[in-house]
Amino acid sequence: MIQQTFRGPSAQAFLSYLCPTSISSLQPYSSSLSVLLNDTGGIIDDMIVTKHANDDEFYVVTNAGRAKEDGEWLSTQIANWNAMEGKGKGKEVEWNILEGYGLVALQGKSEVVAAECSSTCAYKLSDLSGPKAGEVLQKLTPYDVSSLKFGQAAYMDIQGAKCHVARGGYTGEDGFEISLPPDSAVAITEKIANSPGVQLTGLGARDSLRLEAGMCLYGNDLDESVSPIEAGLAWVVGKDRRATGDFIGAERVLRELKEGPARRRVGLEILGAPARQGAEIFSDDGKTQIGTITSGIPSPTLGTNIAMGYVKNGYHKKGTQLKVKVRRNVRDAVVKGMPFVPAKYYR
Amino acid sequence: MISAITTSARAAARTCLRQQYSAVSARSMNLRVASAVRFASTTRYTTDHEYVQFDDATNIGTVGITDYAQKALGDVVFVELPQVDSEVTQADPIGAVESVKAASDIYAPVSGVVTEINEQLNDQANLLNKDSEGRGWLCKIKLSNPSEFEALLTDKAYKAHCEGDSH
Repeated sequence: MIQQTFRGPSAQAFLSYLCPTSISSLQPYSSSLSVLLNDTGGIIDDMIVTKHANDDEFYVVTNAGRAKEDGEWLSTQIANWNAMEGKGKGKEVEWNILEGYGLVALQGKSEVVAAECSSTCAYKLSDLSGPKAGEVLQKLTPYDVSSLKFGQAAYMDIQGAKCHVARGGYTGEDGFEISLPPDSAVAITEKIANSPGVQLTGLGARDSLRLEAGMCLYGNDLDESVSPIEAGLAWVVGKDRRATGDFIGAERVLRELKEGPARRRVGLEILGAPARQGAEIFSDDGKTQIGTITSGIPSPTLGTNIAMGYVKNGYHKKGTQLKVKVRRNVRDAVVKGMPFVPAKYYR
Repeated sequence: MISAITTSARAAARTCLRQQYSAVSARSMNLRVASAVRFASTTRYTTDHEYVQFDDATNIGTVGITDYAQKALGDVVFVELPQVDSEVTQADPIGAVESVKAASDIYAPVSGVVTEINEQLNDQANLLNKDSEGRGWLCKIKLSNPSEFEALLTDKAYKAHCEGDSH
């Protein structure tokens, strides 16, 4: 994950121009999922935007896998913005990537709390999720963890270091994403990982959880051709933003909100065999291809084969019978509501 | 109940057969010096982590995935097998093994005709985890070109391949 801040007198206006979310209605230290859109309304990346104390400081987490594309896009946009009269000129936005910071995700309510690591430094990103995640974190900080609700963020003293902690994560479980300053990233991660009940988890396990939670994975379920409306992310487009339409990519987003998109992301249950990314989806008579699977697994929690994919508008209603081709065999499938497994957020 | 009894009876029968095979192979070992023709029931491997247990008396190879492969895949939840009587060519995809982690294609390690598939895997896919090189076999192929078998990896070569894999 890439952590960054946007600061400056026009930071809120800039982010509101970049993405369709109601940034202005975010409360201090609260966050929202959002998307970076290109000029034609396609998703460059998905991200979490957190407002800090005031409208002039935001903390944003984007996907490391999109660092190059995001970087190019943001550099161009910010340069244009800061040069524009009436926009950023004289009220410049400063963009800082938090180089060397670790991000640990502590997730889960069950007996085992999962912690996950990713590359760069050995403990760059860990995931601590689960029902007990709060108990684990509380033992490491004097901050009252129970006062922090889903979607909120705070600076906490963890083992003597000031850490940015966001309650949430990408598993559908209660959990935290803890941003760690470079000097203490490894030590704190080890402290968390060695806490009783915490287990380091790999990306495969986390991918199963996010799919069960019905969440998109960039590169699988989202790409630059997909609009937020097609992706079932209309909720990231704020009500006030629909009226004004003053964000990049608004034309397509507003049109699809009004007329409906050509295709829609749906959840599917496939009988017989699990369908993976790339499997073709057909109408119930098996004759017409109407879409493609973008993510699929045998769900460890449900014991059924779950997937998400895009289908032609009209085939997206819950209960619609479809067919999915898994290798040589055509399997029965049915459109399911998402999340497949109900979320267990702490609200 | 009926199917459970049938299953255990089949399992028992297979054990007996295997004992017979090993008896045959022990005997042919002794004969080898004299005839130097038969090479008996033996196992070879592919770099894709499939094994073939070949019986030269029947010209039939039992195909499965290795213990190393099942460990790497994790919990197997579904196995797709080829059709009985289908003709397969070496390196053709003939099925797939699905685990919670991944889908893995199975390629025909040898050319021939599929004579039997392991139907038990339809409702007990986890036999691949429990006993991949025994009760978790996938299919049997009557070899059309036994020299393909001889060109596969020996036990020693396969072990070396796996060690290379893990580094």
